[in-house]
Amino acid sequence: MYSEKVMEEFNNPSNVGEIENADAVGEVGNAVCGDIMKIYMKIDDDIITDIKFKTFGCGAAIATSSMATKLVKGKSVFEAMKLTNKEVMDKLGGLPPQKIHCSVLAEEAIAAALTNYFEKTGRELPEELVGKCKGNCEACHRH
Amino acid sequence: MNKRTIYFDHAATTPVKPEVLAAMLPYFVEHYGNPSSIYGIGRDNREAVNAAREKIAAAIGAKANEIYFTGCGTEADNWAIKGTARAYKDRGRHIITSAIEHHAVLHTCAALEKEGFEVTYIKPDEYGIISPEDVEKAIRPDTVLISIMFANNEIGTVQDIAAIGEIAKAHKIVFHTDAVQAAGALKIDVKEMNIDMMSMSAHKLYGPKGVGALYIRSGVRPDIFLDGGAQERGRRGGTENVAGIVGFAKAMEIAMEGIEEKAAYISTMRDYLIEKIEEKIPYIKLNGHRTQRLPNNVNFSFKFIEGEALLLSLDFKGIAASSGSACTSGSLDPSHVLLAIGLPHEIAHGSLRLTIGEETTMEDIDYVVESLVEIVDRLRKMSPLYEEVIKNKA
Repeated sequence: MYSEKVMEEFNNPSNVGEIENADAVGEVGNAVCGDIMKIYMKIDDDIITDIKFKTFGCGAAIATSSMATKLVKGKSVFEAMKLTNKEVMDKLGGLPPQKIHCSVLAEEAIAAALTNYFEKTGRELPEELVGKCKGNCEACHRH
Repeated sequence: MNKRTIYFDHAATTPVKPEVLAAMLPYFVEHYGNPSSIYGIGRDNREAVNAAREKIAAAIGAKANEIYFTGCGTEADNWAIKGTARAYKDRGRHIITSAIEHHAVLHTCAALEKEGFEVTYIKPDEYGIISPEDVEKAIRPDTVLISIMFANNEIGTVQDIAAIGEIAKAHKIVFHTDAVQAAGALKIDVKEMNIDMMSMSAHKLYGPKGVGALYIRSGVRPDIFLDGGAQERGRRGGTENVAGIVGFAKAMEIAMEGIEEKAAYISTMRDYLIEKIEEKIPYIKLNGHRTQRLPNNVNFSFKFIEGEALLLSLDFKGIAASSGSACTSGSLDPSHVLLAIGLPHEIAHGSLRLTIGEETTMEDIDYVVESLVEIVDRLRKMSPLYEEVIKNKA
């Protein structure tokens, strides 16, 4: 059911781990639903210089986490916040319909970390991040 | 990557034994006659079907005319439950079943609820055991059917079917049991256990897919399920799956040879697998009852990780298994059985069912345990839930 790319990403994910004293942390999903993604970022001058993730979830959840972190690493926070779930999915060669929510979760995990960055640095939240998932799974009826 | 499949999913299906296939083969090309025909090649096949019926009956302590062949276990469940409910609806419209039945029973009961029947779903204890007293307490004057599975397909818990049968008999209520997982694995005597109807399936006991049977005790008259010809005493029309029926009987006959010794031997392997997993992997929970369980069933929840990720990783190592996580159930919730025994969602998501078979070796078990240790460790290192536990411990 999964593409080869998804399996590859699941078997050899990039950026697994955590960052001590991270500049931004974002967590979405919950254990009841069966998936949680936690993203850590090291950000210098608005550039994501390092990124790590930890995910509790299925193969697609792990693969999308890995792909999303790869896609934003080295980018500015302003570029990173434009990441869409479609981009993550395309890079993975597609996902089965019942797994699309995993790519949405990955997009939201990145957004949650970026929101945390703007909040921590006391700056105004860019429009792209307003109203993005704050990690409250129940609120968006996807699960 | 390992080329050989280490098959640990015998509760899903089993390979057809070579002797079973050999018994079936003549019934495709050579003996192709319709058992309903009057001429020789038809009559021969009628005899083959009847001989098969005798063998299945003998295996469960029934009479041959109490065995009805069906297309699968699900059909047998549908027939038993819908047929009985509809036949006895003037006496009452209440059915008792359990919350941990297979969907073939649960969805059949749900369909009857739409027809105006009321269904009581008995909850199991934390080990998956349905208390016979709870069944008795649920009986109402309008109860027409009790359907409790012999052994659970996910967690392997075996019920006290004789005790439930006795209660049903005392209250004169028809008692059906779905024995799809138990038939051919455990010794069953329908008369001693007061079973009125029992569903079985060939492909769970090294027989072919596409054939099942329903035992219906003489005197119990569920409605006809498939209107048609005179096959199966006019109660289930349709030309018999002769090769399948012959294969089913052969598989059952082999299963019955030293069934208790085989069950004891497979239980030893099961307990070794349980012991090794418990010895080597922390933060786990054995689901189901430790001893009152199917000889081949092992079911664990591995905390902080999710079942589908576990299955994919096992598959990569050539190991076939199954899980009750939402991601594998095709729905948003984890298995109804795991929730019914009281597992929180997050622990149910991390379940893994390993069901061994006659061809399983101790080496296979060691390989699976070794692989699991590595996989669980890898997935836990990726899990934010595990990270919290480790930090709190430090």
